[in-house]
Parts: sequence; structure tokens; C-alpha cells
Amino acid sequence: MPWTKIRPDADEPDYGLDAAGHGRRLGHAAALREALSLALTLDERVFVMGQGVDDPGGMFGATRGLHQQFGGERVFDTPLAETALTGVAVGAALAGMRPVYLHNRPDFLFLALDQLANHAAKWRFMFGGAAPPVPLVVWACIGRGWGSAAQHSQALQGIFQHIPGLKLVMPSTCHDAKGLLLAAIGDDNPVVVIDHRFNFRNKGPVPEGPYYVPLGQGVVRRPGRDVTVAGFSHLVNDAFVAAEELAREEGIEAEVVDLRTIRPLDEALLLASLARTGRLVAVDTGWKTGGVAAELAAVAVEKGFAHLRAPVVRVTCPDLPTPAGYSLEAAYYVGKQQIKDAIRRLAAS
Amino acid sequence: MNDVKLALYRVMLRIRRVQERIEARYLEDHMKTPVHLCIGQEAIAAGVCLALGPGDSVQSNHRGHGHYLAKGGDLKALIAELHCKAGGCSGGFGGSMHLVDTAVGFLGSSSIVGGGIPIATGIGLAMRLRRADRVSVVFFGDGAADEGVLYESLNFAMLRRLPVVYVLEDNQWAVCSPRQGRQCGDNVFLRGADPDRLFAARLDGNDAVLVHAAAQTAVTRARSGAGPSLLVCDTYRILGHSGCKSQDPAGYRQDSEIEDWARRCPVARLRQSLVAEGLLAPAAEAALEAAIAREIDEAFAFAAASPLPDAANLSRHLFCE
Repeated sequence: MPWTKIRPDADEPDYGLDAAGHGRRLGHAAALREALSLALTLDERVFVMGQGVDDPGGMFGATRGLHQQFGGERVFDTPLAETALTGVAVGAALAGMRPVYLHNRPDFLFLALDQLANHAAKWRFMFGGAAPPVPLVVWACIGRGWGSAAQHSQALQGIFQHIPGLKLVMPSTCHDAKGLLLAAIGDDNPVVVIDHRFNFRNKGPVPEGPYYVPLGQGVVRRPGRDVTVAGFSHLVNDAFVAAEELAREEGIEAEVVDLRTIRPLDEALLLASLARTGRLVAVDTGWKTGGVAAELAAVAVEKGFAHLRAPVVRVTCPDLPTPAGYSLEAAYYVGKQQIKDAIRRLAAS
Repeated sequence: MNDVKLALYRVMLRIRRVQERIEARYLEDHMKTPVHLCIGQEAIAAGVCLALGPGDSVQSNHRGHGHYLAKGGDLKALIAELHCKAGGCSGGFGGSMHLVDTAVGFLGSSSIVGGGIPIATGIGLAMRLRRADRVSVVFFGDGAADEGVLYESLNFAMLRRLPVVYVLEDNQWAVCSPRQGRQCGDNVFLRGADPDRLFAARLDGNDAVLVHAAAQTAVTRARSGAGPSLLVCDTYRILGHSGCKSQDPAGYRQDSEIEDWARRCPVARLRQSLVAEGLLAPAAEAALEAAIAREIDEAFAFAAASPLPDAANLSRHLFCE
């Protein structure tokens, strides 16, 4: 079953940002593993938990061998009890540790929502700052493809986005996967990192040693004058390829903005790009209604209305559960082609 | 032993008098937050917390005033919090159900029934990972024992032999729902659990001396690294689920049931024993009552004088910067 093992076989788009990597290229899983290994080395308060983190597969490779390197007390498998184990992470964080709780299927986060939404997200606020901080990281991977169907592939960022008190991260590159995870572990607040299995196909420049990509700081992956495409995770890569092709084929110059974190959101970067192009395609792997792309559209309308020269276009998955069959999946998921169509349509308006 | 009994009595009486004062003044409407009073349940808070040291931690629930006070939480900050004032323990952001006093190991209480159970388990995990000679305690009711998270947490604590003491205050009622309508027999009391992994005891929760002895056994076990304990303490909620007596809806329980349990009052019971043994002379008792009353007067005065929270701080505590 190919989806249980993903080998990095594709290079990330060349964003021209690689000087710091000195040419070293790592796969996404290796980048994540390096971040976890560094965090465990640099801070004795860090521990890593999750169902299967000490499996031979090691969470798609992201945790492979860490339990041997750091011992079973700091890297451990969990019972199938997401509610309690999330609370365990909250309690351990309150008592001075820095837990990292990994899930290889995001859907089980619904079982963890009580502790994430009712407890972790509210603990500082609810006690007027008098309670200890809750520095925990929950990492979950969107499991798309190979018939994963409705309960093994959901994109839950729209739900987490809605909850004040949680930071929410979605990396798109191997470089950011490492730097954002290290920043999330170093953050004194609860952080949810939603990764994408498509990212795991990629190799890209990853500097050695620790570095931190600040939460809440996006980046322009490709400058352009006609349309802004803004989003997160692997759709940024799709948008980049779409923009390159459109520039080559039709002379349309799309600017691609990788916002990296959903909360806090780099609104300034989004609005600055909008000021240049006047048009926005908001892309997200999640559902359309009340989702992440809807929030980007709302920011554009609320704070960037004067720049807008055309209605905002959302490219998202439809408001449906995910189908299993590959022909149905093809109709369900969005990617380069849908983004290309949206840019083209908007550029003509 | 006599010292312990007197100490238990002082803590219990203080909790009782604080609750009574809140009850008496609640309809004045200066405390604009739902209060869940623990009259009738004082022996459990006192018995357990007196078995703990300052470095040990307590997780509590919506009915947490007694736990907070027994663990050493600041009374003025409690009463100010009930008034939602800036001088409250949570700065007016928490209200009656979200109490905190980190200086005494009270790291914050949850009003999601059962929410504190896994958090206490995680605090126990942190104590283990940090090789700290500390114990994590969580108080919860029979309503929380309906939640699956209790069993998930017990399993994990047993698996890792964590220094956690789970204290179930079985007060028979979840809001207006009786226990027999929610639970099938004794299923909460895990008689089937491996006694090597879990020390479990079911005891009269209105007997402070008994609770204290069981808590000491559990705490000693936790400190030795042997693992968690579950203390199921039978007790009764004399007042309603929330608010004061006059606000309790009528008709969901028998008056005779309340009267039966009122006759088993844990505070009166310990007092009787102390008096009978000549450990509580009338003069000493009067002095104790006067000191508590004065302290409560001061706390209410402090709360009244405390300013309201500054609205400019509304978003200040969302994230820890």
C-alpha cells in the first residue's frame, strides 16, 4: 500500500530562497525528524508522544528511531485515548514540560477537541494570566489519497481556526516544516500544526542545526502583478506551479503568498500583496463554508476593500465528506488546475 | 492524631462558614457568577489536602471552593473572584468555577465535568518525568465518573504508574439527575482493577479522619512510585447544584433524603468527637469561630473594595507572550 510509505521523489519548487541550506536537501519527514531530534536535545522539558511514534514506520518517518535515541520515557506510544492523552499533554505543559503530541490521522483530533478547545486554548485567559502557560504542540497530518475516505483524510484547519487561544500552523516546504515546528515547540502557547501528506513527497533545502520560522509571518513565494494567490501547505506549491505555467503560457503574472500560519495570520503581507494586484484567489484544502479561504476573503473585503478590483475567488474542496474512490477523489480535491482556472478567470475580469 | 483531628476540623469549619456566608449573601446579587457550594462535602477536601505538601498539586472542578481553601488558596482572592473583581484569583476572568493559586499548587480548575481528570494525570506525568517527589490530585464528582475520560486516564496512570490520586466525591446527584439513573450499580468503583496497579478504596466521605487516612495511604503509595489510587468517597450535596438554597428547584429529590444526610454532617460529626474527647473546649471553639468570621468579613470587604477588571485588558491574557 503506497500510502503507508511515502518516499520523497519530487523536488519542491525552486523558490530561490535556498542560500542558507548550502545545497543540503532533505525530505519533509527527515526535516520534521530533525526538528524533533533537535528539540529533544536542546530542551529536556520536551517529550514526544503519539500512537505509533515508536513504530518501525515512525509517523511517516518523522519520528523514526527517536525512541531509541532518546529513550521510551521521552518518546512514547500512547493508548487509543485521544481525549485523556490530550489532557495529559495539557497537564504536563502546566507542570512545566513541553509535550509534542503527534497524530497520523487528523480525524482523531475531534476526540481531542475537549482538551484543546475547552482547556488548552482557554487556560491563560480563563485565569486572567495567573495560571501557568500551556506550551504544547499537537501535530496532525492530513491523510489524503489511496482511498482514505471520509474519516481518515479530513482537513480540520477551519475548525481550529475558529478557536481563540490556539495558534495554527500549516507548512508548505521542508525548510518551514522544520523551522515552524521548532518555533511551535518553543512557543509558550498551545500550537496546532496541520501537515499534509502531499508535502511528504517533497525534498527541499533544509539548513542544519536549529532555526526558527516565526509563527505569524508569511512569505511571498513568487512576485506578480495581476492576481494574488494566497494559501497554505501544499496548495502553495500547486499555486506556484500554476503561476509559473500561466506566466509562460499566457503572460499572466500571479503573485503567490504562503501565509504559513493561519493563526496568527500575516494580514499585513496579504493586504500588501492585494494592494499590488487588486485580485485575490484564496486557496485551501479544507471545506468552503466558514473555512480558512472564507477567512482570507473576509480579511480582503474588510481591510483591503479599496484595493479590490474584482470579487474574491475561493478554491477549496466542496462542502462534502471525502469519497474513497480515486475517480471520485479526482472530482473532490482541488489543485493546480483549479487554481490555474481561477487565476485566469480573475485576471480577465 | 489529636493535632490532625483539630487541623481537619479547622479546615472543614472554615470551608463551611465561607460557603454559608456566600449562600447568605448570594441573593444580594453582588456575586454575579454561578456558585456551586460544597456544604456537606467538606471532609473530603480537608481529609485529602491535609495529606499533601505545598509542592503537591490539586485539580478541581466547578464545585471547587473547598478544594481551593483546603489546599491553602487565598480566601480574599476567592471572594474577590466571586465578585468578578480585579483582585480575584483569576482577575475576574474566571468567576467561581475557575479558581487558581499557583503558589499553593492549585494550577486552575475546569468546569467541564471530568476535564481536570486527564490534566491531573498529565501533571503526574510531568512530576514523574522531572523526578519530582510530588503528587498530583484531582477531585471530581459522580457525574464526571460518567465520562469516558476517567477510564482513559486511569488506564494511562496505571500503565505508567503515575503519582496521581483520583478522588471521586460521590455526592449522588449530577445537577438534578440521580446516580441510579445514570450508573449501573457500582461500575465506577473499579474492583476489577489490578490492585498492584491501582489502590482503590470506597469509604465514608463524611468521615474526615477516615478520608485523611486513606489519602495518606494513597499519597505514600504515589511517592513510592507504585502508582495511582482511586478513592471513592460517599457523600451528599446538601444544597442544590448551583446558586443558593432558595434557588434550588423543588421536586427532584426527597426532603427526607436531605435530612438523612444532614444528620450525617461531616463537620458536626467531627466536632462531636472532638468535644467528647475533650479536645475542643468551648472557649477555644468560640475563638476559632470568631477568627473565621473575622477573616470572612475581611475577605468580603476586600472584594467590595477591589476594582473591576480594566476592559483594556480584555485580550491581554489570550496568549502568553
